[in-house]
Amino acid sequence: MSQESILEVKDLRTSFFVEGDEVKAVDGVTFDVPKGKTLGIVGESGSGKSISALSILQLIDSPGKIVGGEVHFKGENLLDYSTADMRKIRGNQISMIFQEPMTSLNPVYTIGQQIREALKIHRGLDKKDGTEKAVELLELVGIPSPRKRVTQYPFELSGGMRQRVMIAMALACNPELLIADEPTTALDVTIQAQILELIKELQDEFGMSVVMITHDLGVVAETCDYVAVMYCGKVVEYADVKTLFKNPRHPYTVGLLNSLPRSDVDQEELIPIKGTVPAPHEMPDGCRFAPRCPFATELCHRELPNLDDVGEGEQIRCWIYTDEWDGDPEVKVYDPERTSEDK
Amino acid sequence: MTVYIIRRLIQLIPVLLGVTILVFLLMHLTPGNPAQLMAGENAPPETVERIEDRLGLNDPLPVQYFDYITGVVQGDLGTSMRYNTPVIDEVGDRFWVTMELAIYATLLSIFLGLIAGIISAVRQYSVSDVTIMIIALFGLSMPNFWLGLMLMQWFAINLGWFPPTGWGSPSQVLLPVITLGTAGAAIIARMTRSSMLEVISQDYIRTARAKGVKERIVVYKHALKNALIPVVTVVGLQFGSLLAGAVLTEEVFAINGMGRLLVDSIMNRDFPVVQACILIISVVFVVVNLLVDISYRFLNKRIDLNE
Repeated sequence: MSQESILEVKDLRTSFFVEGDEVKAVDGVTFDVPKGKTLGIVGESGSGKSISALSILQLIDSPGKIVGGEVHFKGENLLDYSTADMRKIRGNQISMIFQEPMTSLNPVYTIGQQIREALKIHRGLDKKDGTEKAVELLELVGIPSPRKRVTQYPFELSGGMRQRVMIAMALACNPELLIADEPTTALDVTIQAQILELIKELQDEFGMSVVMITHDLGVVAETCDYVAVMYCGKVVEYADVKTLFKNPRHPYTVGLLNSLPRSDVDQEELIPIKGTVPAPHEMPDGCRFAPRCPFATELCHRELPNLDDVGEGEQIRCWIYTDEWDGDPEVKVYDPERTSEDK
Repeated sequence: MTVYIIRRLIQLIPVLLGVTILVFLLMHLTPGNPAQLMAGENAPPETVERIEDRLGLNDPLPVQYFDYITGVVQGDLGTSMRYNTPVIDEVGDRFWVTMELAIYATLLSIFLGLIAGIISAVRQYSVSDVTIMIIALFGLSMPNFWLGLMLMQWFAINLGWFPPTGWGSPSQVLLPVITLGTAGAAIIARMTRSSMLEVISQDYIRTARAKGVKERIVVYKHALKNALIPVVTVVGLQFGSLLAGAVLTEEVFAINGMGRLLVDSIMNRDFPVVQACILIISVVFVVVNLLVDISYRFLNKRIDLNE
């Protein structure tokens, strides 16, 4: 990566220990977030994208535990930090917004109290200055009559408004990195676009870097500069957003794109990915995607491929792009004209 | 808010009328004749009848009830059949003794219960959690008269640290309050634990942590206030059984409270005193639960009391 990275995650592993079994939710995840840019992390439910995000801030609750890897933020490994040092990072240099605006705000405190809290912890603002700043922040995120809102409780606001409040809270201390964990999933479509637009505007205004976690490739296309596609706790493809949509290489990425209605390509019909995500305790030995992959060979089923650089900052975890590939050397993984009849 | 309180107080009237009717019937329908008890077993029937007449026991029940309730409305709780003194004089001081006992016991159970419950929840499945929950199970299962007797045996008689009976000085207060408060503390601890566990897994707790809030403040500010509503409900309901438990505790420690008065009066079929005691206990219980309902509003502004 030629650009300066604000966040480098290397071989991050987070597991959940349930009744003596280890469930590897995040199994060696590696990605970079270039400074001032947006990285999208895409994947189905259970691919480990949210857990990866929570692991960055070390917000994993028991029985979950980070078991390995490195999380370099501005060159320093956050996993070496003490709990107290980590608290100084949270809500200050790295902020996070969550999927469920309806339940992510504390119902028994006012909006103002909740925004003030981060300002008090990290900036030492008293109640008066904190309230002024909170009003300012609410205005910034486009909440009408902010002075009235600071004294209101979360239940008095709609879902979209609450997500705006969450964003205001996250921005309180001008973070350098914003992690947005499916910020629009729970919102109406019209509101979704507004929230994404807002995040984008604020990013430009403050020069923040953003990690956008989503299962929606539409959101990725709209907001991201780079994309990491995750499957079963691993990154399978990392590329800049244009390359990913124009020339996806991993069969899983291709599968995702084929099942998405697109306006930029001629599609006869949508092709779903066969099968389902394997349950954590029956993870295949070889490539995690092999059982669902139309190109899988004996090698794929036997051995797990590495996440290899394939040039121009792109990384792929697939045997097809290695010298060891034992299938059809002419295989065409992505064909925009392909329809289901050709198979 | 004021409107709500006034409305609730008005609602008290039918409740208390119901209580008086129920107690009145219960007392008059159970066998046993106060006149006979007063006159003695071998008294001639004429004497008994004269006393019955004087007490108005020969009037039809509705008339007796009407006479009684007319008095109550005017603030006259009647005259003790046994001592021939106004009921209010009999109950007066003893009511405060019982209230003191009940309030101290409630405070003790809230204090211990909350601390134990929070520790248990924050360290779920740890040694302290398991220990606290086992102690709570014991506290809950022990009949309080037995606990009272055991405390008295160990601390008052064997060790001689406290006087075994009576009420008034701090050293006399401690054992009865522990006796009465233990079960409540156990219930509150269990309620606090489960309520805290539920709250701690909520999204907004994660939000607080993501803001860089200290764990202690996450627990005591963000979680506890949300977890308190079911706990406060239990405290209110618990107050009722506490008043009932006070009867036994007072008996064990020979405290001259309303509980003992109530039991003695039942034994002697002293109808007006029994009725007054129950009426007062009912008022206290209903008022405490009104306070609990009002406190909901302070814990969660979303609860609209007028609905």
